[in-house]
Amino acid sequence: MHLTPDHMVLWSYGFVHLNATIVYTWIVMALLTIFSLLVTRHLTAPDLPRSRWRNAAEAIVEAIRAQVSDVCGKGADVFLPFIGTLFLFIATANVLDIAPAWHAPTGSLSTTAALAISVGVAVPLFGVQRKGIAEYFKDYLKPTAVMLPLHLLSETSRNLALALRLFGNMMSEGMILAVLFSIAPLFFPILMQMLGLVTGMIQAYIFAILATVYIAAAVRRSEEES
Amino acid sequence: MDTVTLIAFTSIVAAPTCMVLGSIVPALGETKTITQALNSIAQQPDEAGTLGRTLFIGLAMLESIAIYCFVIAIILIFANPFWNHVIAVAPK
Repeated sequence: MHLTPDHMVLWSYGFVHLNATIVYTWIVMALLTIFSLLVTRHLTAPDLPRSRWRNAAEAIVEAIRAQVSDVCGKGADVFLPFIGTLFLFIATANVLDIAPAWHAPTGSLSTTAALAISVGVAVPLFGVQRKGIAEYFKDYLKPTAVMLPLHLLSETSRNLALALRLFGNMMSEGMILAVLFSIAPLFFPILMQMLGLVTGMIQAYIFAILATVYIAAAVRRSEEES
Repeated sequence: MDTVTLIAFTSIVAAPTCMVLGSIVPALGETKTITQALNSIAQQPDEAGTLGRTLFIGLAMLESIAIYCFVIAIILIFANPFWNHVIAVAPK
């Protein structure tokens, strides 16, 4: 039984090992890229008849933008590409779980750690962009300089939690499926897979909304004072 | 009881204990959260969007405690570092 798709080596040549996480991540990236390219190919034409794919893409983008601007208030469109990419990537990886032989790359700690690190880098970047370096890092010294270690600790632990939450949920889903296949292979795995679809979407939503909340907190501190 | 048996015994007992405590306590906390959120939504249906979003964020925070326990239990069962160490140094 594989704990994570990291341990499944699909192809290896010399010291280069291509594990399942990388391959399935590439598949998700290819799917998202091809879909967006196909949909937005003729988008510059002014009087374009509305196609159903374009409607679908617009509906997705509008839904994400509504959520983001609910949390961040005005000026939220700057964060839209980053958060939308996070959500779409995680949601696609999780929903494709119903495809046969699919191992969600989000079930590997490497993927979720990479996503959490990118959030952890993006939060100070957006904060600095809105407020400037000195003003942003002055927030770490509030209310007093004694709070500096606590601020750093909270930032670290919340990013750790972000990675572990997604990893734990997706890995546990795979584990439960594997156990159920060995004891009751006929009917129960389907029910669990349906539950897994819901869990996957909720986890994608939670990851994206938490990233939004962290960014909004970093940005809002700067706006209240100015 | 020699060291190998002791470590195996402790790991086997610790994994379910961790899982039991780590699922009961967050479950109680999440119950309170959901009850309160449903009460608030029933009183103010207009604010359902904000309340729902905050509910999800809070649930994610609580849920991560249970997930920590689950990860620790899984590590104890499938990738136990103490067990690996004992097996490595044990006399053949």
